[in-house]
Amino acid sequence: MPATLSLKDLHKRYGEVEVVAGLNLELAPGTCHGLLGPNGAGKTTTLRLALGLIEADAGSIELLGHALPGEASAARTRVGVVPQADSLDPDFTVRENLLVFGRYFGLARREIEAQLPALLEFAGLAGKADTRIEALSGGMKRRLALARALVNDPDVIFLDEPTTGLDPQARHLIWQGLRRLTAQGKTLLLTTHFMEEAERLCDRISIIDHGRLIAEGAPRELIAAHVEAHVVEIDGEDATTWCDKLAERYCRRCERVGETLFCYTAEPQALIAALEGMPHLRYLHRPANLEDVFLKLTGRDLRD
Amino acid sequence: MLNLRFLPVWQRNFLVWKKLAIPSLLGNLADPMLYMLGLGYGLGRLLPDIGGVPYLNFLAAGTVCYSVMNSATFETLYSAFSRMHVQKTWAAILNTPLGLHDVLLGEWIWAASKSLLSGIAILIVIWGLGLQADFFMSLGLLPVIVLTGLCFAGLGLAINAISPNYDFFLYYFTLAITPMVLLGGVFYPPSELPDWLKVAADWLPLTHAIALARPLVLGHLPHDMLWHAFILAAYGVAGFWAAFVFTRRRLLR
Repeated sequence: MPATLSLKDLHKRYGEVEVVAGLNLELAPGTCHGLLGPNGAGKTTTLRLALGLIEADAGSIELLGHALPGEASAARTRVGVVPQADSLDPDFTVRENLLVFGRYFGLARREIEAQLPALLEFAGLAGKADTRIEALSGGMKRRLALARALVNDPDVIFLDEPTTGLDPQARHLIWQGLRRLTAQGKTLLLTTHFMEEAERLCDRISIIDHGRLIAEGAPRELIAAHVEAHVVEIDGEDATTWCDKLAERYCRRCERVGETLFCYTAEPQALIAALEGMPHLRYLHRPANLEDVFLKLTGRDLRD
Repeated sequence: MLNLRFLPVWQRNFLVWKKLAIPSLLGNLADPMLYMLGLGYGLGRLLPDIGGVPYLNFLAAGTVCYSVMNSATFETLYSAFSRMHVQKTWAAILNTPLGLHDVLLGEWIWAASKSLLSGIAILIVIWGLGLQADFFMSLGLLPVIVLTGLCFAGLGLAINAISPNYDFFLYYFTLAITPMVLLGGVFYPPSELPDWLKVAADWLPLTHAIALARPLVLGHLPHDMLWHAFILAAYGVAGFWAAFVFTRRRLLR
């Protein structure tokens, strides 16, 4: 099956900065694909290029068999978008938001009305059809934004940080919704800052930084390929001095962040035994996760 | 580009307007009505007839154009700016098959529709007070109102496109709208101005709108009809084109 979205050697420059610098990306049909990267890595620009909203300086974009940006309008009839900023219409009720948005896709009022109950049920907003937007909680608004993106029954859905700012309950509800969509065969492209979210939801992940792809694979593959299987985080007053002396003996790689020590190792037993003898140090032993990969590949420096 | 895809954008704005239609219409009507009646009766009593008609009758056409200009301007500045910048309504629409030209065309025609309503409201008052010389001739005001609305909606969208915030609109009001109200012939014939100011007034689109509207209220066909209509259309189209270029630079880059 041809890729749902294919970006080839994509370049986009703003003044001096090349925000997208030779990016390649293939979105396999029916998968959830995560696009991860620090702030300013080029995620949102990539999404906007992939929607045909802006023109690339070089490279090619194909979305659902349409060459972009030339055929963007035709391609977007089959696409749903959950934008980063809530852009729901505050003047409207929940129902009116969906009706008005469906019309932008050329749908007749009847057609939209017919699928309203299913959309509201999906978003957990049944019974809220006539509620005004300002009366909705943050989580409800995000779910409505998700329902709105489904009003045209799209084949592919772009989600730009869909759970930012939500509490865990609300986040889990969104996750359930996204799982139902992939189960229905929809293709998802998801950007997020939550590694846990990406690890749980995504079949495949692309990590980008400075506009380039720096790693790609299934979450488990990425973890296996880039970091040791175990992580021991050590905290305490002389954790760092201890690191200088002994860490190398017990673990393959060791990182200091402030007063905390991150020890990466394939075999943690000896390290843990040694730590047991040092009650003034607190430690946490856990399996390596996607965040470790992300921080290793993109560094711990703050980006704004 | 010639299709009806802008229609859902127009419908969206109409649906919002419908919820607040009565206060919105009253608001549109109150300000120009106060000008027309207050100045027309109050000041009019002290003034001699202008060109053979009482001041109130003279003022009527200016009031229509002033009201249409205001309505189109407010809609494309404050309201459109809220949709574009604050509520991100335009950005959301651009994620659908609609393009920026559809959004702007919808907004342009919407603002003109709304200002048409304002114009008709004043026209009804004019008819009610019997200020028109000839009813059928005064119907000619309708196309003038549409053209004036499109003119100022186009200009307003251009200003909207380059505005960093709501405060910026004050420049437009101070530098463009107020001079138009005071020099464009709403309150007196521009022929009364000294030559150098007359030249300036001739550049203002409101002058041309009033040059079309006033004779129609007073019962004769305007001179240079096509020229005035052309100026209004040219300002409107130029404004719309600038709005497209600058809004694209703002939202789609």
